[in-house]
Amino acid sequence: MAMAALRREGRRFAPLISPQPITAAVRSSLIQQEQAPLGVRSISTQIIRNRMKSVKNIQKITKAMKMVAASKLRAIQTRAENSRGLWQPFTALLGDTPSVDVKKNVIVTISSDKGLCGGINSTSVKTSKALFKLTSGPDKEPKYVVVGEKAKAQLVRDSRKHIDISITGLQKNPLNYTQVSVLADDILKNVEYDALRVVFNKFRSVISFIPTTATVLSPEIVEREAESGGRLGDLDSYEIEGGETKSEILQNLTEYQFSCVLFNAVLENACSEQGARMSAMDSSSRNAGEVLDRLTLTYNRTRQASITTELIEIISGASALEG
Amino acid sequence: MMFRQASRLLAGSVRLSRRPFSTATEVPAATTTHTDSGFMESWTKVIPNIDPPKTPSHFMNPRPATPSSIPSKITVNFVLPYASELSTKEVDMVIIPATTGQMGVLPGHVPTIAELKPGILSVHEGNDVTKYFLSSGFAFIHANSVADVIAVEAVPVDYIDPSLVQKGLTDFTQKLSSATTELDKAEAQIGVDIHSALNAALSG
Repeated sequence: MAMAALRREGRRFAPLISPQPITAAVRSSLIQQEQAPLGVRSISTQIIRNRMKSVKNIQKITKAMKMVAASKLRAIQTRAENSRGLWQPFTALLGDTPSVDVKKNVIVTISSDKGLCGGINSTSVKTSKALFKLTSGPDKEPKYVVVGEKAKAQLVRDSRKHIDISITGLQKNPLNYTQVSVLADDILKNVEYDALRVVFNKFRSVISFIPTTATVLSPEIVEREAESGGRLGDLDSYEIEGGETKSEILQNLTEYQFSCVLFNAVLENACSEQGARMSAMDSSSRNAGEVLDRLTLTYNRTRQASITTELIEIISGASALEG
Repeated sequence: MMFRQASRLLAGSVRLSRRPFSTATEVPAATTTHTDSGFMESWTKVIPNIDPPKTPSHFMNPRPATPSSIPSKITVNFVLPYASELSTKEVDMVIIPATTGQMGVLPGHVPTIAELKPGILSVHEGNDVTKYFLSSGFAFIHANSVADVIAVEAVPVDYIDPSLVQKGLTDFTQKLSSATTELDKAEAQIGVDIHSALNAALSG
């Protein structure tokens, strides 16, 4: 009874002894006592010590991953910003028509291969599924072309029969235009499309990534829209230089547009991935630090309680002998 | 003690949830003639919970309108996949290597779409002439005297090494004569075209 009261007292005193103000001398004496074999009572401190070690390791790993992501981001950010001028002439000429009404829509979802990058892949998949719903109709069947492991894993679960092509391992070599144009060529050869909608995360800043969709129309649809007027109406006013017919030039033009748009999209998405990974790893190491603080407090409390119990037993034993 | 722990837990969870959300709360800065409001409306009708994604025109600076009189300078945008060589640069004349030959573009040129073959792009600004060798691409000339030249690869002419050009030319001519499949022939032909254009660029 008295011991229980004293133990309660010990617990109430413990929070007043916050970790920082403990002087070095007192701490070393406490540590020496604890290192001596204490028997059964030390097992709970052992468990907490193991947890603290693992949480500290997690903190180190996530900090390192953040540094790696930061350096990769620096490398790829300049390239992404330089490639931003690439799709602008096409949008200036052919306009931006995501609301175009076509039968064969192909949704090209761009995502990362590796995880631990926050929510960007989920937002890409959400946007793609929403576009799928938006463009499905009685005789319209949209299809997916998936770039990246993460989106493939999510889309395979409920839309497996709608996925035409899936491409993974894009970032094994540094991204360059040749590789992306070969990829674009593959997609264009194997997929029937009226409109290609590329879904990716545009990199605005290290903490802000905007889901974006860029629409590339097939040459036949471009001609149809140009004839019907509206946004592409003044396309007819452009002279075609060269001996080719308008449809041939439009064919080359749309293929070139798709490869340029895809190149920029892949670079922007890679930037967003690294930025998201940086902030995810940063919040993870901060949380690990908090867990570590809490564990340290519990550890000190447990340790002090066990010391107090030892002392009480010794003293009550001694006083029993005397008196 | 319990309260301090609880408050720390709450603070931790709040920090966890402050992830970069991609909800767009800002209004597009400049509405160009190309923004598609129909898309936004149809999106919000079908999918009311998620914000619609942005489209490329949102991120583009609006193009100038067609002026009533012919301007004195032509604005050139010369872009490559890895860099924007010239961006909204005002020059007097641009000569582009279209498939039909070298084409001079002056302010007030009729709107044109031209496919380019490997050759020299020269930019004339007053008395300065800058020459780039392009590997092919496209050129758009708009009614508002803005010229967009998009090339896959381009180098200033001074960077080209004549000995390597000669070597490349002989290699590819040999490959062309010994090519068997259509694909090999096409690739060798492209190599020959480019190297002979490089040769002409160096000498011309």
